[in-house]
Amino acid sequence: MKFETTFMKQFIGFLKKEFLHIFRDPRTMVIIFLLPIVQLLLFGKVINNDLQDSKIGIFDRSHDNTTREITSKLLSSGYFILGEELLPGDDVEDVFRKGKVKMLVTFGPEFEKSLERDGKAEVQLLADASDPNTARILTNYAAGIINDYVKKEKLQNIQLPNQINTEVRMLYNEGLKSVYMFVPGIMAMILMLISAMMTSISISREKELGTMEVLLASPLKPIQIILGKVTPYLLLSFINTITIILLGVFVFGVPIKGSFLLLMAESFLFILMALSLGILISTVAPNQMVAMFISVLALMLPTILLSGFIFPIKNMPWPLQVLSHAMPPRWFIVIIRNIMLKGTGILFVWKETLILMFMTFVFIALSIKNFKIRLE
Amino acid sequence: MGLINDKMKEKVIEVRNLVKKFGSFVANDHLNFDVYKGEIFGFLGANGAGKTTAMRILCGLSSPTSGEAKVAGFDIYRETEKVKRNIGYMSQKFSLYEDLTIAENIRFFSGIYGISPKDRKAKQDILLRDLGVESSKDSLIGSLPLGWKQKLAFSVAIFHEPKIVFLDEPTGGVDPITRRKFWDLIYEASDRGITVFVTTHYMDEAEYCNRVSIMAEGRIEALDTPENLKKQYSAKNMDEVFLKIARNTE
Repeated sequence: MKFETTFMKQFIGFLKKEFLHIFRDPRTMVIIFLLPIVQLLLFGKVINNDLQDSKIGIFDRSHDNTTREITSKLLSSGYFILGEELLPGDDVEDVFRKGKVKMLVTFGPEFEKSLERDGKAEVQLLADASDPNTARILTNYAAGIINDYVKKEKLQNIQLPNQINTEVRMLYNEGLKSVYMFVPGIMAMILMLISAMMTSISISREKELGTMEVLLASPLKPIQIILGKVTPYLLLSFINTITIILLGVFVFGVPIKGSFLLLMAESFLFILMALSLGILISTVAPNQMVAMFISVLALMLPTILLSGFIFPIKNMPWPLQVLSHAMPPRWFIVIIRNIMLKGTGILFVWKETLILMFMTFVFIALSIKNFKIRLE
Repeated sequence: MGLINDKMKEKVIEVRNLVKKFGSFVANDHLNFDVYKGEIFGFLGANGAGKTTAMRILCGLSSPTSGEAKVAGFDIYRETEKVKRNIGYMSQKFSLYEDLTIAENIRFFSGIYGISPKDRKAKQDILLRDLGVESSKDSLIGSLPLGWKQKLAFSVAIFHEPKIVFLDEPTGGVDPITRRKFWDLIYEASDRGITVFVTTHYMDEAEYCNRVSIMAEGRIEALDTPENLKKQYSAKNMDEVFLKIARNTE
């Protein structure tokens, strides 16, 4: 009984000290409290692959009901806004050169008539391909909207022989919003940063300053030191997980279709994995600089590049695809996407969960081994 | 202080045939020595002579390859916990948290050693008064001059009144006057019955010790009072003693 109380008192004293370190260091505070929000907003709002309000030009040589309706469909889709209405005799290239529009939609003469008479009519889509990705997306979207309109409104009564209609639906992310991808990715990144990097820096700082020796020569047990180091970052990581999820849900409208409890449990597992990785790094790194270097090089870059967060794993050359299996965030992102977007349960993510558990176990085992070697 | 008196005193450190190997490198080669209660024991040697290794073993930071050692009456293999509770340790790097205030550092370290808040407050007041830093109680350690930090680190290391305090090159990088003042603190601790085990490579500091041992290549080459060592090696000061021993082992 007495043993337990001193153990707890020592532990709580250690936690107080750790929180003082955290709150007194402006850099740590920025990384912990500002970085997650800034990154999510950055990725969600600024670095955005989605099209919104792209300026287009309309050159309507027919001016009938159909062309007017198509134009209003385009402009009310949310993807396009009218940048310029062209009149006969206007210089098309001039409009592009001045950067007024990204795409020009030109309706041929007698559009409605020829559509009704011959079943076909002409629309030309001119896009500014100096930015090829945007040009491709713009023309695809516009073509989609026009075809959809024509099929639904005009061709209902006309029977075309042997026509195959493809109907495309984007499951789990109907609006193709890239923020759906970024939320799980940023969660993985931030948790890695706070759990693994901050823990490893905080432990190696004690080594660098010589205070670790004093702690080890004191009645504190190594387990108290490790737990005392890890617990504050566990709490802060958890707070950040919730912040990111709340921002994702309420600012970006990312759904949580699956179990919130499972989502939290999986995040907790990932945090544990990252913390044990942080401890492992600190057993190798003699000082803060090295700890930081290893964390950035071995954790942050692979998390961003190899986890499938930004670049699809399927498009990577095979050596990198193989390497990506060793990246914990890869599995976590799969889990989070499954739970949040698809609403699947543990039955569909047990494999990934087991992989994360296994990684946690390996990191802890290696840390203990390294720690013992150092003490000998 | 003569040898005869020493032998009647209580032994607080007993080392017998202590060996520490790192692979094939022998850092400590069969060390044998005793340290008595209240003594200031200087542990000298060139860099790499093995003194830090031996001290780390006695502090429970490292385990020996073979041999016996007792610290504060406890076996270093089986009673590490009890050893740790009865020693203080100050590393070369001052070992206080720079981003914590004086009071916060004291609170943290007394918490580790299980000192009650009431005792802590009483002792803290005395400590701050003795060092003349009462007004800086809530200043961050990082903002204090080096000499202060060092004295505070020593005072915190003996705050829980250990039987022995281990000082690993405590005066590195400090000017001679500050060093002298620091030694006043060491004498005070010794007067209170705390044994001081200190490594140093300043030979003027060796003169301040009651007894010194001089290590070279993992072995203790000499162990006696500074006066006896100077006689034995017919040297004017400890510096000469040290150089003669170093030359002999080369």
